[in-house]
Amino acid sequence: MSRHAKRSALALACAALLLAAGAARAQSSDNTGQGGGRLAAADGEAVFRVICQGCHMPDAKGAQGAGAYPALAGNPRLASPQYMAAVIFHGRRDMPSFKLAPEGEERFLRGAGLSDAQIAGVINYIRTHFGNQYTDSISANEVAALHR
Amino acid sequence: MHDEISSRAGAAPRSMKRRDLLRMIGTAAGGAAMYQAMSSLGLAAESPFRGTPPLQGAPRGASVLVLGAGMAGMVAAYELRQAGYRVQVLEYNGRPGGRNWSLRGGDHFTELGGFTQHCQFDEGLYLNPGPWRLPYHHHGILSYCRKLGVALEPFVQVNHNAYLHSADAFDGRPRRYREINADYRGHVAELLAKSTQQGQLDQSVGKEDQERLLESLREWGALDRQFAYARGETSSNRRGYDRDAGGGLSARPQPSTPLQLKDVLGSRLWQHLVAGEIYEFQTTLFQPVGGMGRIGEAFGRELKSVIRYGAKVTAIQQDEHGVSVAYEDVDAPGATHTASADWCVCTIPLSILGQLPLNVSPALAEAIAAVPYAASVKVGLQFKRRFWEEDEQIYGGITYTDLPIANISYPSTGFHGGGKGVLLGAYMWGLDAYEFTAMAPEERVRKAVEYGSRIHPQYRQEFEHGIAVGWHRSPFTLGCFGVWSDEARERHYDNLCRMDGRIVLAGEHASYLPAWQEGAVTSALDAIERIHRRATGGNA
Repeated sequence: MSRHAKRSALALACAALLLAAGAARAQSSDNTGQGGGRLAAADGEAVFRVICQGCHMPDAKGAQGAGAYPALAGNPRLASPQYMAAVIFHGRRDMPSFKLAPEGEERFLRGAGLSDAQIAGVINYIRTHFGNQYTDSISANEVAALHR
Repeated sequence: MHDEISSRAGAAPRSMKRRDLLRMIGTAAGGAAMYQAMSSLGLAAESPFRGTPPLQGAPRGASVLVLGAGMAGMVAAYELRQAGYRVQVLEYNGRPGGRNWSLRGGDHFTELGGFTQHCQFDEGLYLNPGPWRLPYHHHGILSYCRKLGVALEPFVQVNHNAYLHSADAFDGRPRRYREINADYRGHVAELLAKSTQQGQLDQSVGKEDQERLLESLREWGALDRQFAYARGETSSNRRGYDRDAGGGLSARPQPSTPLQLKDVLGSRLWQHLVAGEIYEFQTTLFQPVGGMGRIGEAFGRELKSVIRYGAKVTAIQQDEHGVSVAYEDVDAPGATHTASADWCVCTIPLSILGQLPLNVSPALAEAIAAVPYAASVKVGLQFKRRFWEEDEQIYGGITYTDLPIANISYPSTGFHGGGKGVLLGAYMWGLDAYEFTAMAPEERVRKAVEYGSRIHPQYRQEFEHGIAVGWHRSPFTLGCFGVWSDEARERHYDNLCRMDGRIVLAGEHASYLPAWQEGAVTSALDAIERIHRRATGGNA
């Protein structure tokens, strides 16, 4: 493919995304605010129910097909809430990032940005449910420290 | 155009024949580049597709193992076999096609987590959970439809009588596309005409051109003689009438009243007007008769003897002699089988490939890990009657809404067929898709009906049953498609596509046409040509 064709194909695909994704939601870029739209009021449990359980399943036991989603119940990696925060904030492999993206970025993934407080909230929720019994927790400030 | 090709191909003498030029590009840069050049010259569009690399002379006994029987894998297998390679295909699903897929009555689908849905659609009705339209310029996929005898019919993208809807505009009542389209254009044209007449464009537009501009604005925006966009015959001829013209004594048409500019702007419904003007969505679009899955099914028949279904790949190893792939039988897990070949075309989605033991270069491994997968959800709903046609004169096309369902799409076929019909009741991305994926399937269907009934109140009476696919719950993809950021593409894309020893990747994720079948087809053609070159002693 010529470089020009590549660029225009990409631009068109992006334009298509923009349409498919619908209205832009105003979002802050420093990740300290709340997520836009319907997610704004979601606490840790709500975030888990609305987003995480899509892949990690309602019982947090993960799933297995041609590939696997890791369990969040009894997963030794949960020992580090910082690790969890990094994965949620930056994404990992096929798992998208859930940081509050500036408008216009990652249009197909739009609208699912979480604030630092929400990231901390969902981590603390997961680490104290589904049979997980961690006694330490992570704060929004500690999440923020990972990406400042 | 001709000059562009010449310079791209190097010191090509001007007298060179076009055919020679193309052959040279094909040899130097591969079939995809040749195809691209043909496209630039307008050849691909006007002649039978010639982008399939004419591979010939596979080394005696040379073999290729193809991982995945989706579009990319089956295109690769089809062409390599024709070139004389011994080909085998391993496929996780029990059917061909991958994301090229139609759910019909009698089918069942078990998603990750074990939720099983049984599709109860009537004969002839279907949902395409994945791709559903074929742009006229996607020559690669269209060429295989022709080659495999897959019948096509028009896919209606733009329907001026479908709706644009916002929960917060016009008291939540949908407007016809033609009203918003005509009113947005009309008001914009009027404003620009006013600015022109008031001399505000004198700096940038000459006097003579101002006259032409005014004339064009009147035509484009359906303005009246005074350059106003106002109630009357002219504007109604775009936005529709309160009462349509007829014959006899009831003949006289009743014009409609345009919406106010501020209401049109405030509704944000204008954001949907460009959909059909985007290159990928421009007329003519096609769909296979009977469902998108007809393409995968046709490939499956063609490649029946070489595809092994229910094979879950667990490891991929290569050395200087060949590639060896370990797999399990999905229906009888535990025992490991091995398939091996000289070369491997791997079309396994990156979401899954990234989890497999695979000895490739660090650059390729990093590329595989660099691409997140998008969430997307589609819901198909069966209704007792085609009320959108009978009550609302909507024949095909798409209604856009800011409700989470985002789209309602009406079947592009079977008009006036009587009987039942299936709507695409939701097609969503982003947060809405995550949220619907996280629901149990029957909840997704229930929500789609609930939201849709705000646009079509008939839903409540006429709904029968539905089926919902959230792509992150798909056991064979773990997501909808690979989302490349600009940065990731810059750093990793070439490494992802480059041959690594005896392995080459193909699929929509290895293309600049993310999520489109054309990306899968063209990446497969590009990949096998490089394999062939290597297998016959050249560089790839």
